[in-house]
Amino acid sequence: MGAPPVAEELLVAITSDVDVVSARQKGRELAAEAGFSSGDQTVIAAAISEIARNILMYAKRGEIALRIVMNGDLDGLIVVARDQGPGIPDVTRALQDGYSTSGGLGLGLPGARRLMDDFDVVSIPGKGTTVTMKKWRRRHAS
Amino acid sequence: MEVPILKQGLYLIASIQSALTDADLSALREALIERVGKYRARGVIVDVTALDVMDSFAVRTLRDIAHMARLRGAETVIVGIQPEVAFAMVQLGLTLKGVSTALDLEEGLAFLDRQGRERLDRVQGRGTRGGTTRG
Repeated sequence: MGAPPVAEELLVAITSDVDVVSARQKGRELAAEAGFSSGDQTVIAAAISEIARNILMYAKRGEIALRIVMNGDLDGLIVVARDQGPGIPDVTRALQDGYSTSGGLGLGLPGARRLMDDFDVVSIPGKGTTVTMKKWRRRHAS
Repeated sequence: MEVPILKQGLYLIASIQSALTDADLSALREALIERVGKYRARGVIVDVTALDVMDSFAVRTLRDIAHMARLRGAETVIVGIQPEVAFAMVQLGLTLKGVSTALDLEEGLAFLDRQGRERLDRVQGRGTRGGTTRG
């Protein structure tokens, strides 16, 4: 086919558990559009599910932006999760397995990090948290 | 979206048809635990073939269902975890420790039948031994 898909941003507001499902479904659709394998689509959807749930649990509301990008011969899917919640006091600890302040499994952030290729957390206590994660795939000449 | 629960003999079969929200999953847990008592079920099968993602909440809820059902006297089997879903679960660090799984509904039913027979054998075995000692 011709040109790769144009970078478009999909925004999903996260205010309830229904939005968690819709965010991960939109992420899967976009990943499919970008040519990711069905295994990668599942991995991306699972990572989105975890960070969307984190928004609900800690910040009550926020949003998830999904975008396809190109970098050389790589296609990428970028997921940005933003909230204006309480922030994470200790990001390093929050990225450790089993660390949870919510009584959950403590697998949300570290789990999502393992699923994706790039993972970055910026959090300011009292201001909010932004999680940026990316998954890459090599574009095939076809 | 409510998950249909079928009663088949001594077993309950919950067959998930589409993506579930956290509230749907919690509702399924309540419904199954209540029905184990209502129908005096000995086994529960949760068919997750249609689930395209299992995140930490889904896994925790399935584990809760299995443990709660066991406390009520029923054995639970999770069937139909898709290969991609299994891969993502392992990457996420999610396990179903202490919960039985089977490839599909057929294997799940066979598993519960085996468990039921073993339970029966144990009961009968104990009865016979008791008699022998007495004699």
